[in-house]
Amino acid sequence: MASASATPPQAVSRRSGSFGEKVFALVCQAAGIFVLILLGALIIELFIAGLPAFRAFGIAFVTSTDWDPVRELFGAGVSIYGTIITAILAIIMAVPLAFGVAFFLTELAPPWMRRPVGTAVELLAAVPSIIYGMWGFFVIAPTFARYVQPTIIDTVGELPLIGFLFQGPPFGTGLFTAAFILAIMVLPFIAATMRDVFEQVPPVYKESAYGLGATTWEVMKGVVIPYTRISVVGGIMLGLGRALGETMAVTFVIGNANRISTSLFGPGNTIASLVALEFGESEIGSLKLASLLALGFILFVLSFAVLATSRYLLRSRLKV
Amino acid sequence: MNRRSLLLGASAAITLPAFGAKAQTAQITGAGASFPNPIYQKWAEAARGPTGIQVNYQSVGSGAGINQIRNRTVDFGGTDAPLNAQQLTEGNLLQFPTVMGSLVAIVNIPGVGDDQLRLTGPILADIYLGKITRWNDPQIVAINPGLSLPNLVIAPAYRADGSGTTFVWVSYLSAVSQEWKDRVGVGTSVRFPAGTGARGNEGVAGTVRNVRGAIGYVENAYAITNKLVTTQLRNNAGVFVKPEHKTFMAAASAANWNVPGFAANVIDTPGADSWPIVAPTFILIPTNPTDATRSANVRRFFDWAFVNGSKLAEELEYIPLPNSVHDAIRASWRQSFGA
Repeated sequence: MASASATPPQAVSRRSGSFGEKVFALVCQAAGIFVLILLGALIIELFIAGLPAFRAFGIAFVTSTDWDPVRELFGAGVSIYGTIITAILAIIMAVPLAFGVAFFLTELAPPWMRRPVGTAVELLAAVPSIIYGMWGFFVIAPTFARYVQPTIIDTVGELPLIGFLFQGPPFGTGLFTAAFILAIMVLPFIAATMRDVFEQVPPVYKESAYGLGATTWEVMKGVVIPYTRISVVGGIMLGLGRALGETMAVTFVIGNANRISTSLFGPGNTIASLVALEFGESEIGSLKLASLLALGFILFVLSFAVLATSRYLLRSRLKV
Repeated sequence: MNRRSLLLGASAAITLPAFGAKAQTAQITGAGASFPNPIYQKWAEAARGPTGIQVNYQSVGSGAGINQIRNRTVDFGGTDAPLNAQQLTEGNLLQFPTVMGSLVAIVNIPGVGDDQLRLTGPILADIYLGKITRWNDPQIVAINPGLSLPNLVIAPAYRADGSGTTFVWVSYLSAVSQEWKDRVGVGTSVRFPAGTGARGNEGVAGTVRNVRGAIGYVENAYAITNKLVTTQLRNNAGVFVKPEHKTFMAAASAANWNVPGFAANVIDTPGADSWPIVAPTFILIPTNPTDATRSANVRRFFDWAFVNGSKLAEELEYIPLPNSVHDAIRASWRQSFGA
């Protein structure tokens, strides 16, 4: 092919083609490295900016439950507690729902229903978080305050041992409401992952189980779940990562109190919402600003660890 | 009024000839407190024609306003919490008030109407400290003989975002309660010992509307436009007063403005008619401006607002400054920037 008979224009175009390829490769490489550098720079920048807070309070910054801007005493304890509690509660509420959705879509739904329901679940992920925030504040919180919480406070709240989790005035806002909103927000991520991995179970495994006389539930329990267990956990971690960093919706409904309350109906704060609320009133060079940036660093590390775990657990399934 | 504004305009044109030529396109930028934002926008709109100055004000919060004027990224900064004399000197800044606003307590108690409930400063402080927890507490019942108060849990709501409104509210609580002063203190955001936080005036109002037994605090303008249930308060003279124009003006005229940076204390002022929670909002301008023309335009804009803007301010439920304060502010400009 590449004989001497090649005409000059061809030769020129081939040369420029190889040159173009080199440029293209370089540009793509640069783009890839840029993202890596950006990520690293963000972490380093946050850490440096938050350093004054770590210097002033030491490692106790992470555990201290003080957040007193007047006396310049700052600690991340309350917001880390709130972040983790709301995220875990959200996962506890979202996982059974997501499992139901995924199970229904892969095993039970008639084919004509799979697409609309699947799309609807995915569209939940496209709703802007401010919408969830407003919905939570104007619809969910009043409903909780009027109907749900008084009932639970008067019944479950009276029980020994676990009663303290459900006591206090029914504000409607608080950790529980925030977790509820978060659960709906992370549902699509968990449900979509679960559906995708359930679909990847080789049909021959399931058919063998059915052949042995297993019921649908037994197939799910004995074949699908064991086969996809690690990926399901990965999907849950993906949702957890989302829940940890959510800001706007949580800010609206969490009650924004910088103290730890034992009741799930009590107000709290998350790292993201505290940063969002306090940023406008923090002066440059102040310890408060440094503390907020240090909080950002902690949140970054937390989400990064969770998402990295999720990636690691999902690596085999998503590549196939 | 008209002749005065003409005279002022003329004197401004003589003393500051530079912007006479550029008057058509003069732009100035400001950023800061959100509380005075509605009136600054209104003034900006009304002043554009007569002064030829276009004002761009961003309501980003007092703290951010202070940051931006310190970095000189804007021509003027707005803040609800005044800087002290030392901070002003360090930042080469001049501070002056523009308008005042008042705070009111809003409540949601079944059977209690607008301005019916009477409260005192110490009771408010104890409610927000979490010490008084029910509406039928003997202390509240004692000063409300005509009202039947239910056995209902008090749910205090406060501003979760750092804000000048909170600064004024806790300044009042600190003024009337030693325990509040010692345990919590004053700031744009503080550690509230009890209650729940909500975002912005609308968040506090929404929480109070949703929760039976709730109490909150908002700017009077916001309470009026949203028809919220406000309360009477006992003032420094021991008289229960309603939040209304008369009591706000009485408080404003009772204040002592002859302090550095005009950081007058209009909280809990004496006088039988004074509403106890009134506060000015402030503007910060550099005393060593990089662009003298823009700096002059800032002063010209606020001078216009002082002369012509009081009516607009009252329409939006703000409280204009007394004329004597306007004159004192102009004197401070002359002192810093020459005639």
